Amino acid sequence: MSAWVYVALFLIVGLIIPIGAIGAAWVLGPRKPNPIKRDTYECGIETVGDTWVQFKAQYYIFALVFLIFDVETVFLFPWAVKLGQLGMFAVIEGIIFILILVVGLAYTWRKGMLEWV
Amino acid sequence: MDFLKDPLKVAADWLLGIFAGWGMAELWADILIAFLGIFVLIALLMLLDILLVWIERKVVSRFQSRIGPNRLGPFGLIQPFADIIKLLIKEDTTPEGADRALYNLAPILSMMAVLILWAVMPLAPTILNVDLNVGVLYIIAAGAIGTLSIIMAGWSSNNKYSLIGAFREAAVMLSFEIPMLTMMLIPTIFAGSMGVAAITQAQDVWYFFLAPLAAVIFLVAAIAELGRSPFDMGEAESELVSGYNIEYSGMKFGMFYAGELLHAFTFGGFWAILFFGGYRFFGLEQVSAFLAIAILFFKAFIGYWIIMWIKYTLLRIRIDHMLAFNWKFLTPVAFTLLMTTAFMNALLADAPSWLYVGGMFLSNVLLAWAALETARYYSRREREKVEGTQKVAPT
Amino acid sequence: MTVDQVIFLAVALLTLFAALRVVTTGNIVHAAFWLIAALFGVAVIFALLNASFLAVVQVVVYIGAIAMLFIFAVMLTRKEMRDRGPQLNPNWRFGALLAAVAFGGLLLIVNGWSGVTKTASAVPSDFDAVSALGNALVSPDAYVLPFEVASVLLVAALIGAVYVAFNQK
Repeated sequence: MSAWVYVALFLIVGLIIPIGAIGAAWVLGPRKPNPIKRDTYECGIETVGDTWVQFKAQYYIFALVFLIFDVETVFLFPWAVKLGQLGMFAVIEGIIFILILVVGLAYTWRKGMLEWV
Repeated sequence: MDFLKDPLKVAADWLLGIFAGWGMAELWADILIAFLGIFVLIALLMLLDILLVWIERKVVSRFQSRIGPNRLGPFGLIQPFADIIKLLIKEDTTPEGADRALYNLAPILSMMAVLILWAVMPLAPTILNVDLNVGVLYIIAAGAIGTLSIIMAGWSSNNKYSLIGAFREAAVMLSFEIPMLTMMLIPTIFAGSMGVAAITQAQDVWYFFLAPLAAVIFLVAAIAELGRSPFDMGEAESELVSGYNIEYSGMKFGMFYAGELLHAFTFGGFWAILFFGGYRFFGLEQVSAFLAIAILFFKAFIGYWIIMWIKYTLLRIRIDHMLAFNWKFLTPVAFTLLMTTAFMNALLADAPSWLYVGGMFLSNVLLAWAALETARYYSRREREKVEGTQKVAPT
Repeated sequence: MTVDQVIFLAVALLTLFAALRVVTTGNIVHAAFWLIAALFGVAVIFALLNASFLAVVQVVVYIGAIAMLFIFAVMLTRKEMRDRGPQLNPNWRFGALLAAVAFGGLLLIVNGWSGVTKTASAVPSDFDAVSALGNALVSPDAYVLPFEVASVLLVAALIGAVYVAFNQK
C-alpha cells in the first residue's frame, strides 16, 4: 500500500477534527445576529469605502522574486540527495547553478527592487 | 517487552485479529486501523495543544513578572479547559459582506495545515508515521496550505485590517521560505535523503555540530514562518488590532490560536529532528518507544521554549526592515552557507571524522563571523548617513 | 473497477470541475482559489502515480508560489475584484470551434499511438525516483547542460519581470 494512503488519512482526519470543533461550537453557541454586531470592526470607527483596495506593487515584486528562488531550490533537492556519492564535479555544477541565480538577486538589489517604497 | 519496544505493532496486530474475526478484508482492516491510529494521534495532539495554551500563558506571565492563571485547579491547570468551554458557547458572528464559504473554510485549513505536518514526524524508531522519501519538501508543502488559509481569512473577512495583515503575513512567509528551504538542503546533503526519518537515523553526530549556522538560520526563518513575534506582521495588534483573524470569534478564532501554538511546538520538533538528532539520545531510544517519544518531546519543548523566549524578549520589526533583513542578509548568507557546505562536504569526504566535524564547524563559525562583520559595516554606514541628514534638519 | 481507478476518476472529475469554475466564476479571487483546487487535484494524481517528488513540488511551486503570485496580481487590479461583466466575448463561437478542432486533433493523434493501450512495465519496488533524478541532473552524459541552462532561464525571467515592473512604476 502506498505511503500516500496514510497521508490522505491524515488529511481527512485533519479536516474532521477542526470541523468537529467548529460544528460543536455552532450547535452549542447562541445565534442572535444584529446589524451592529455584524459591523466590520475597524478600531471602533465606522468603515469607510471599499475593503478591497488596490495594493502596492511591491508585494507582487517580492512574490515574483520568491517564485524564482523557490523553483531554484526545488531543483537543488535531487542534487543534494546524490551529492555524497557524486564527488567534486557535481558540487561545482551546483555551485555554478546557485551563482548564476545570485547574480539575478544582485541585479534585483542594485535596481532597488528589494526596497519597500 | 514487545509492547514497550513497538507498541504500535502490538496494538495493530491485536486490532487486526479482532477485525479479521468480523470477516473484514485485510486491506480495509489495515486502512481502518491506520485511520484509528491517526485519529488517536491527532486527538492526543489536540490535548497537548490545550496544555500548550496553559504553558504559553504561564511562561509569558513569568516573562512579564506576573503569576498567570492560578485560580482554577493546581497552578491554574484547569484554566485552558474553561477557555474551551467559553469558546464553545460563545456566539459566532460573521461580519457584514463577508465571503461566507471562504470565511468558514479558512480556520479549518489553518488547523489542518498544522495537523498534517505530523504525518512525517518520526516519533520513535518503530513509530515513523509516514516515511515519505520527500519528507522535507512535504513540510514546506503543508506550510503553503497555511499561507493560503491566512490569505483566505484576510480576504474573506471584508475588513481592511484583515486584508493588510494577511498580505503582510503572506509576504513575510513567502520571503522567509527561501532561507528555510535552503537550510533544509543542508541536512539533506549530510544524510543523502530527503526523508525526515532517514535524516534522524543518519545523525550519528548531531547536525548542529556540522552546521550550527544552518540551525540558527532555520530557527529564524521558522519563527517568521510561524508568524510569531518579532515577525508577527500578520497580527501586529498595536497597528492592525489583530490582523487577519480580527473578525473571527468563538471556536473559529480558537482554531487560529490553537493552530499557531501547535505549529510553534511542531517546528520545535522539526528543528530537533533536523539538527539535534530527533528521538535519538545515546541509544536510549532503542529501549522503549515511549522513551524515544519522551526524548523527542523534550527536545521539541526546548525548541518551543527558545521560540517563546525570543517572542517575549524582542520587539516587533517593521515590515520593510524584515523583508530587507531576509533578502539582503539571510538569503545571501544561506546561499553562501549552502555552497560552502557542499564544497567542504566533498573536500572532507575521505577525512577522519574528527577532521570532518571540526572542519564543518569551523567553516560555519567563520562564515557567521564574516556575515556579521559585513552587516555591521553596512549598518554603521547606513546609520552615519541617517545621522548626517538629521544635522541639517531644523531644530 | 479497482479502488485506485475509483479514486482516480473522482479526483479527475473534481479537478475538471474546479478548472471549469475558474473560467465560469464571476469573482476573480474565487477564480484564483478554484485554480488552487484544480492544481491540488493534479498533485493528488501525481501522488496516485507514486510520483512523490512531483506531487510535493506541485504543491510547493504551484500552490505555494504561483497561485500566491496570482492572488497578489489580482489585488493589484483595482475595481476588477467583483467583475460582473459578460463572461463571453463576441468571438466565443470562433474560439469554441478552434478548441473543438484542437481537441479532436489531439484525440485522433492519441488514438493512433500505441502507447495508450500498452501497459507500462511495473516500477521495481526499490526504485528511488529522487536519487535517479539527482543522478540524471548532474551526470555529464545526461541533463547537466539543461540543468545549468534552467538557472540562466530563471535569471532571465527574474530580470525580465523586474524590468517590466520597474518601468511601470
